[in-house]
Amino acid sequence: MSDALLPSQFSNLEPYAAKWCLPTERQRFAQRMASTMDEMQAFYDAFFPRGEEAIAYCEKFPIDDMPEDAQRLLQLLYSLVMVSFPVEVWRQPHVPDAGASALDLVIEPGP
Amino acid sequence: MAQVRSAGSGTNFPKPPEGSWTAHYPELGTEPISYEDSISPEFYELEREAIFKRVWLNVGRVEQLPRNGSYFTKELAFANTSIVVVRGRDGTVRAFHNICRHRGNKLVWTDLPRQETSGNCRQFVCKYHGWRYELDGSCSFVQQEREFFDLDKADYGLVSVHCDAWAGFIFVNLDAEPQQTLAEFLGPMITSIGDYPFHQMTDRFYYRAVVGSNWKIFLDAFQEFYHAPVLHAKQSPVAARPEVQLAGYEGLHYQIEGPHRLVSSTAGRGWLMPRKDLKPMETLTRSGLFGPWDAPDLGTLPAGINPGRAKWWGMDSFQLWPNFVILIWERNWYLTYHYWPTSHNTHVFEGNLYFVPARNARERLAQEMAAVTFKEFGLQDGNTLEATQIMLESRVVKAFPLNDQEILCRHLHKVTADWVNDYVRKRAEA
Repeated sequence: MSDALLPSQFSNLEPYAAKWCLPTERQRFAQRMASTMDEMQAFYDAFFPRGEEAIAYCEKFPIDDMPEDAQRLLQLLYSLVMVSFPVEVWRQPHVPDAGASALDLVIEPGP
Repeated sequence: MAQVRSAGSGTNFPKPPEGSWTAHYPELGTEPISYEDSISPEFYELEREAIFKRVWLNVGRVEQLPRNGSYFTKELAFANTSIVVVRGRDGTVRAFHNICRHRGNKLVWTDLPRQETSGNCRQFVCKYHGWRYELDGSCSFVQQEREFFDLDKADYGLVSVHCDAWAGFIFVNLDAEPQQTLAEFLGPMITSIGDYPFHQMTDRFYYRAVVGSNWKIFLDAFQEFYHAPVLHAKQSPVAARPEVQLAGYEGLHYQIEGPHRLVSSTAGRGWLMPRKDLKPMETLTRSGLFGPWDAPDLGTLPAGINPGRAKWWGMDSFQLWPNFVILIWERNWYLTYHYWPTSHNTHVFEGNLYFVPARNARERLAQEMAAVTFKEFGLQDGNTLEATQIMLESRVVKAFPLNDQEILCRHLHKVTADWVNDYVRKRAEA
């Protein structure tokens, strides 16, 4: 039955999983820049209230041996961090006054 | 000097008895300064010779070379060279110019000749004609050796570069005979933090950017925080903005020793702040620009940390001449900045955030929040640098006033001038 990407108790977040469960910061940043504020607001509104519950779920596992669905839930939390500045502060996907600059994350820790 | 103390509505942290930090170092003067050193191609040519080709430069950390045979390459555009840094079979870290002795091909690279690379190997093999080199640089194999004329492999080892390490930081010096040992160069202010547990902080976020400004313009941006309440105002929740800007900025402690400098500063303490002044994501992750709120236990820190013994200490920014910064946070993590000049008005910026390894997803998420926030602020800084460079190059204005909170900018440009002048004088005498 399982096409589910996330642990079953977070099934209400499945509509966002395919778009936001991304393993690297580079992918998450690109997804943010390619998204509208309405899309990010909907994702944020659905997930933020369950943020603490999701963190508590993920932290039960050893960091270097997380089940795949928990890893994807953690990636979804990373994406919540990624959209938080646009949603909470700027009301736009890109950093104010940063039009021409880029800062690439080359190495990041797992998972 | 009295005006300096009363200006603004800040917290008025104590200053030296002379009345200002700048007056405490009278060799700096208080006059407006020129930025000609940041817009002149001719001056950049002098900097390459006078500074970058004869100073100790940090190129990485020992953790990047975990095993014997581990290596990484570093592009040093100011010297038109690339080096390879490698841990030998005997465990010693060595550095070599990354050039094959046969016909000058770049020895170690992957797909793109100009891109840095890293890995592990038993020996280096040139892609071109198959010459081989041991990890200590000696030439061990020449393809069809009998075809050459009186060739002795012992004469064709890799060209070595002076290499030494301090506190796990690997430094190189391109000078034929460095004027100082690494320890002499670093001096007591820097070496007094040598026992900081850098080696425990192995969770690393490595950022890189190509920046359209002189390398010193970016150093200046990150060695004063006078800009922070203004440039970054839009990063604060709306409710907190008036307070942030009104408070202005004052450093806790400034210190200058030889070519190196230090600023100690307060840092945000999210766990003590009212929620209205925090982003909801900061409250959820217990983290932000100043790092995860819940700090790992590191025991007693070395005496060189917070040398001003400031009560509200939040961080030390050690500025190692010429292009390396170690920034140590009260929440027990650190970051480094490197500024690698590529021309008089471009450079490559590297930022590394280092944390004690996350033990679980909650700690890892707090790291992520700190790293993402670092980038949001860094992007604003990077954009502003280009705007500054463009107008400095107009030369419409030739002298710029620096306040007491910008003392380290004043020092950087003075040291730069001192090294260049010294080089020009010695060259004329030679």
